[in-house]
Amino acid sequence: MSAPAVATGLGEGPTRGRWRGHLFRGLLLLSLAVGFITLGTLLVDVVQRGFAYLDGVLLTSPPSSNPEIAGARPAILATIYLGVLLIAFTVPIGVGTAIYLEEYADKTRWYNRALELNIQNLAAVPSIVYGILGLAFLVRGLGLGRVLLAGALILTLLVLPTIIIAAREAIRAVPDSIRQGAYALGATQWQVISRQVLPAAVPGIATGSILSLSRALGETAPLLLIGALQYIAFDPTILGAFTALPVQIFIWTKLPNDEFKTLAAAAIIVLLGILLTLNALAIFLRNRYQKKW
Amino acid sequence: MATTEVIGPQPVRLRAVRRRWGEDVIKGLLALCALVSVATTVGIVIALVEPAIEFFRAIPFTDYATGTRWAPTFEPPSFGVLPLVVGTISVTLWACLVCMPFGLGAAIYLSEYARPRVRSLLKPILELLAGIPTVVYGYFALTFVTPLLRDAGLPVGVFNALAAGLVMGVMLIPTVASLSEDAMSAVPRELRDGAYALGSTKLQVSTRIVVPAAISGIVASYVLAVSRAIGETMIVAIAAGLQPNMTLNPLEAVETMTAFIAAVGQGDVPTGSTEYKTIFAVGLTLFVLTLVMNVISIRLVRKYREVYE
Repeated sequence: MSAPAVATGLGEGPTRGRWRGHLFRGLLLLSLAVGFITLGTLLVDVVQRGFAYLDGVLLTSPPSSNPEIAGARPAILATIYLGVLLIAFTVPIGVGTAIYLEEYADKTRWYNRALELNIQNLAAVPSIVYGILGLAFLVRGLGLGRVLLAGALILTLLVLPTIIIAAREAIRAVPDSIRQGAYALGATQWQVISRQVLPAAVPGIATGSILSLSRALGETAPLLLIGALQYIAFDPTILGAFTALPVQIFIWTKLPNDEFKTLAAAAIIVLLGILLTLNALAIFLRNRYQKKW
Repeated sequence: MATTEVIGPQPVRLRAVRRRWGEDVIKGLLALCALVSVATTVGIVIALVEPAIEFFRAIPFTDYATGTRWAPTFEPPSFGVLPLVVGTISVTLWACLVCMPFGLGAAIYLSEYARPRVRSLLKPILELLAGIPTVVYGYFALTFVTPLLRDAGLPVGVFNALAAGLVMGVMLIPTVASLSEDAMSAVPRELRDGAYALGSTKLQVSTRIVVPAAISGIVASYVLAVSRAIGETMIVAIAAGLQPNMTLNPLEAVETMTAFIAAVGQGDVPTGSTEYKTIFAVGLTLFVLTLVMNVISIRLVRKYREVYE
């Protein structure tokens, strides 16, 4: 009995093609691995290096020319103050802008479209350019000087576009039927927004704000330009000189002495600890409270 | 028909009986919030342009744009920006060599190959890369990657363009991956199904259907990555050095535009001196360069959104 001469190729392509497919898949996995391996190496390397200096001295002492007793207390405090000020400045302005764009702005008007394009573009302006803005207007123009408040203001402008974009997405995700329902019951536009749209959008807004905050607290370049690069031995005040944690890391990294590089690694662990906690909080909020309509 | 007499109850007027001033005030306040970002742009332009004009009054633009020696603090000073531009290009080139292929590869895997569960696990980890502060990347490039390159037999200097560029490239992988993946996810399923029905393999669907269909989004992600690489400051300020050096040799130290601004801006340069104004001239150059790329990128993203969404 000879088999009928019908060959269906379904389910089994030519071997050469399958080979290529495996190779391609391997290359794709390699692409992902490059990122993951670098991330892992970076974290392990920094922790290994800095762990010895990660102690009470680092958290409670001011910087010093002697690495044995040098700490980052003023810088850590300044970063915390910056975070609080940033939330206070960026959330109202950012959410306000997002509400205006999503709920009030007439998209057919040229100035509203220009506003939108402007925000998208601001989100991609290099951070050091914001530093120049701060140097020209806040520090020298307004005569505010090299103070923590100037740093907070410039970081505010830096992350506003990111917060606005995140808040807009959260507001846009609230279905129109909710608005229509509220209008039908006689609510005014602001009542609809403040009692229906905003509460529903809070998880998305909070997630976006926290992620932006974590980005801002890791910024160094704009702070260098407004003069955070200095030796600060005392606890910072809002209208006083300051140096933030990333700037302190930069200072220690630039010093030729290897012990200061170790100290920088310890400070990096603290900074990454703060930022990763914020990131985890944001992801938790998103997963826990985000509604599916 | 002139006037018709309405019989029965009067029709309800569907507009507010009285003007609600509170509502107007709120709208005004929100518009004011939106004006903050307009003011930011105007502020940036004014902050950069005014001192830059003064700078170009002292230094002819052609000397600045075509000069090959950058030595603002020397006597006599020289303000040729090309060494800074070449330094920036050198680092950016290495960053692109890393982030473009690997970012695209990661995007294809996440969009076409990974199952939803795996994807929702891998994507946040990849995005952690974008959450690491740049000063940390700079530290990593200086204290880990440069010694690693030296162990590998490359005669790199303590500061070099290669380590800075490679690390920057890894930092930009999530930028390329997430924008490209968005574009690929927007490609309609029918296109893929059609290709499968004709007997295509997954490899063919990915490379001949999905990637070409998402090309404007992929290019947008590349343009954005280049713009980010040009504007990145801390990695180069720490690991690439501060010597204006007109070379594309990645083993040598270079100074980028951003690193120069950071180096001069952090010192106590007297306001009004030509040296102080160089920050603004270089800053304006940087701003215009990145602005052009951002606008191109935004346009390209809009293009694929229009086609598929």
